[in-house]
Amino acid sequence: MTTMPKINRRTFLLSTAAAGGGLALGLRLPFGPEVVRAADGSPEINAWVVIRPDDTVVVRVARSEMGQGTITGLAQLVAEELECNWAKVTTEYPTPGQNVARKRVWGDFSTGGSRGIRMSHEYVRQGGAAARMMLVQAAANQWKVPAAECSAANSVITHKASGRKTTYGKVAEAAAKLEPPKDVKLKDSKDWKIAGKSMKRLDTLDKVTGKQVYGFDLKLPGMLNAAIIECPVFGGKVKSFDAAKASGMKGVKKVLQVGDTAVAVVADTWWHAKTALDALTIVWDEGPNAKVSSASIAEVLKAGLGAEQAFVGNQSGDAKAALAGAAKKIEAVYSYPYQNHVCMEPMNATARFTPDKCEVWVPTQDGESSFAALLSASGLPADKCEVYKINLGGGFGRRGAFQDYVTQAVRIAKEMPGTPVKLLWSREEDMRQGRFHPVMQCKLTGAFDASNNLTGLHMRLSGQSILAAVRPAVVEKDKGRDALSFQGVFETGEHSFGYTIPNLLIDHAMRNTHVPPGFWRGVNINQNAIFFECFMDELAQAAGQDPLEFRRKFMAGHPRNLGVLNAVAERIGWGKPAPKGRFRGLAQMKAFNSYVAAAAEISVAGGNKVKIHRIVGATDCGYAVNPAQIDRQVAGSFVYGLSALFMEECTVKDGRIEQENFNTYDSMRIAQMPRVESIIMPTGGAIWGGVGEPTICVAAPAVLNAFFQATGKRIRSVPLKNHGIQLV
Amino acid sequence: MQLNVNGKSHEVDVEPTTPLLWAIREQIGLTGTKYGCGIAQCGACTVHIDGAAARACAITVSAAAGKRITTIEGLASGKALHKVQKAWVDHDVPQCGYCQAGMIMAVAALLRAKPKPTDADIDATITNICRCGTFQQVREAIHAAAKA
Repeated sequence: MTTMPKINRRTFLLSTAAAGGGLALGLRLPFGPEVVRAADGSPEINAWVVIRPDDTVVVRVARSEMGQGTITGLAQLVAEELECNWAKVTTEYPTPGQNVARKRVWGDFSTGGSRGIRMSHEYVRQGGAAARMMLVQAAANQWKVPAAECSAANSVITHKASGRKTTYGKVAEAAAKLEPPKDVKLKDSKDWKIAGKSMKRLDTLDKVTGKQVYGFDLKLPGMLNAAIIECPVFGGKVKSFDAAKASGMKGVKKVLQVGDTAVAVVADTWWHAKTALDALTIVWDEGPNAKVSSASIAEVLKAGLGAEQAFVGNQSGDAKAALAGAAKKIEAVYSYPYQNHVCMEPMNATARFTPDKCEVWVPTQDGESSFAALLSASGLPADKCEVYKINLGGGFGRRGAFQDYVTQAVRIAKEMPGTPVKLLWSREEDMRQGRFHPVMQCKLTGAFDASNNLTGLHMRLSGQSILAAVRPAVVEKDKGRDALSFQGVFETGEHSFGYTIPNLLIDHAMRNTHVPPGFWRGVNINQNAIFFECFMDELAQAAGQDPLEFRRKFMAGHPRNLGVLNAVAERIGWGKPAPKGRFRGLAQMKAFNSYVAAAAEISVAGGNKVKIHRIVGATDCGYAVNPAQIDRQVAGSFVYGLSALFMEECTVKDGRIEQENFNTYDSMRIAQMPRVESIIMPTGGAIWGGVGEPTICVAAPAVLNAFFQATGKRIRSVPLKNHGIQLV
Repeated sequence: MQLNVNGKSHEVDVEPTTPLLWAIREQIGLTGTKYGCGIAQCGACTVHIDGAAARACAITVSAAAGKRITTIEGLASGKALHKVQKAWVDHDVPQCGYCQAGMIMAVAALLRAKPKPTDADIDATITNICRCGTFQQVREAIHAAAKA
């Protein structure tokens, strides 16, 4: 067996051209007990690890990198067990087609729900450990000594007794031929040397030089560009369009209808395609939703607040009886609007179709979901389809379950066989065709006895279910309930409620609308944390008690929730005087199996100009794989969550979304950025928590609670711009 | 029409009203400059025109012709990164990275005009949108670059 690298030239060119390397593995699968090879001929030790003769370690990462640092974190976990030289680690994406062909050896590709690390840490570490054991065994075989006498560190294998040494690159070929070990033991996290450390990201350099290729930067030989508009009223269709004017415009190659709902222009450049699309006259059949407005939707939700029927998410004792017998009742109604993800890179996908092969290049949070859309739209079998994942210019939940742009790109490409077509949405299209953070209203009622003890609480949610729209089978199986709508206040599981309250009822009157909902960073914890954590402050106020002391009474059985809450309280200086003119608020929740809390310190000028001087965020995620990246995710989640709190709302008029760009849908700038102090306090255990999303939900209620302390005004609807309140 | 980009002259065959952004990306083929909004709100397309930061989505090719245009690809001197790029690497600033070319170009122009900017200078000048929320690292890296 030769160790000379064999370069598959076509695959190599494609991979380097398309994604700056690392896109297409171009695996050659053997038909017998032979070595599986990467595109450059280097041997695969197992599905997770390829080792080149120069000791470079290529770690396969199935999850998608969209800024959250997951490729670095997952590579750290593999490298930790592999005992390799971190300076020589690089990563690559396996393709969905290869995953299908190899019986899903890389597991789940889906990158949402803060699951990149927490749901794959075990099998990727086992991949690293198994590869190390095979490399050590190969060296031991070569030296004819027991493997137990050899050790591995920093990509070097040593036989201590004889002083012999070799490197991973030298024994990789032999190791790749060995049977994988059956009994693989993982390290205790206290012995970690690479994982658990703030290693620099592996993907920074190309992002500062402009070399990083995003989906929208892809270039393929002979490629054309497409611009598209879909009926702006959800549920509407194309009635007619006059292609004549656009067809004669410069650079235009084709004007076509895409499915029932959209019209696209294909041209030499995207600017030509977009210019021609804007000149098109399209008549829409707007369908039954053309009169729906934000006000009409709000009325439907409002009715749900008092509806008889509701799905129960959390119940203990008899809340209704407790409320009926209360000495004092406190009631409040909150609401949360539609919001768009607004990834900086608008949705896009590139497709090339021939009757024998359909390929898609796409920035995606879930390559397998993209693959499914490709299969469906192309009509070709799986072995004739392939998806190449490209780095994402933001994801936030828009690019996972929803692959509408892939479907569109394939449909367009099918009309032009052999020609690659890159479909890019304009920002306006991106904002009109979102998969929006769902709307929700919430009525909370608390009961007190004559001694100001909380004796019961009813939290009634009324609004849209994401799962009913996106995963109807899951909802059907749960007898119509969407358990995800109770994130953060649910009775059990990764989003379980962090208090023990006597006579509790939390229920949801499902009120779905024609606006398509989606998973938006944090998903339903955003509104649930505002509703519940602000109401806890309202209850504390009504009872004449300190908000922290009031919460602690119900947290004896929730030590990890209490741990993060105490940590932020201590750091912000709770209970000690704040600097003059500054006011504090706090909030806590458990989400995606992490325990999070925030404490904010703000000042308010002129009654409406809010300056956030400090915001402390604590995270107990069980294990911290890269603390520096966790810090960045916490700060980033606060930017996303506070932008949403102060500035962001998608309103509905005539059945369509009104906001089409950043001039009507703003986002925080650096001048408004608070100083974020992150406390990472992992407490271990069997279950790992997520990081990308959990802290997003505690920023807004902490700030709202501080705003009440500053002004005496309780704000119960988002965004704050609707109350004339600005973030400065 | 002639465009002078990164020290080289390029003949571009476009309508004079074409935004500079699309001429840079689709005619000259430099894709480091990004599209984010098309209406000069987000700053993802920031380039330098005669040394000053400008949003290329809202400037026509005819207005840019004859001027000295620098994109992210032209910021480094050969293989030596510009001090802003270097600070960005040292501080691990980018997350998804899509807005960062525009952010870096805006900061490089700021540092040319004000070599030691205060936080207030940064707040007033750097108005780029970053949805990942890298601002804390951006501020740290600006101060580090100013000291470099």
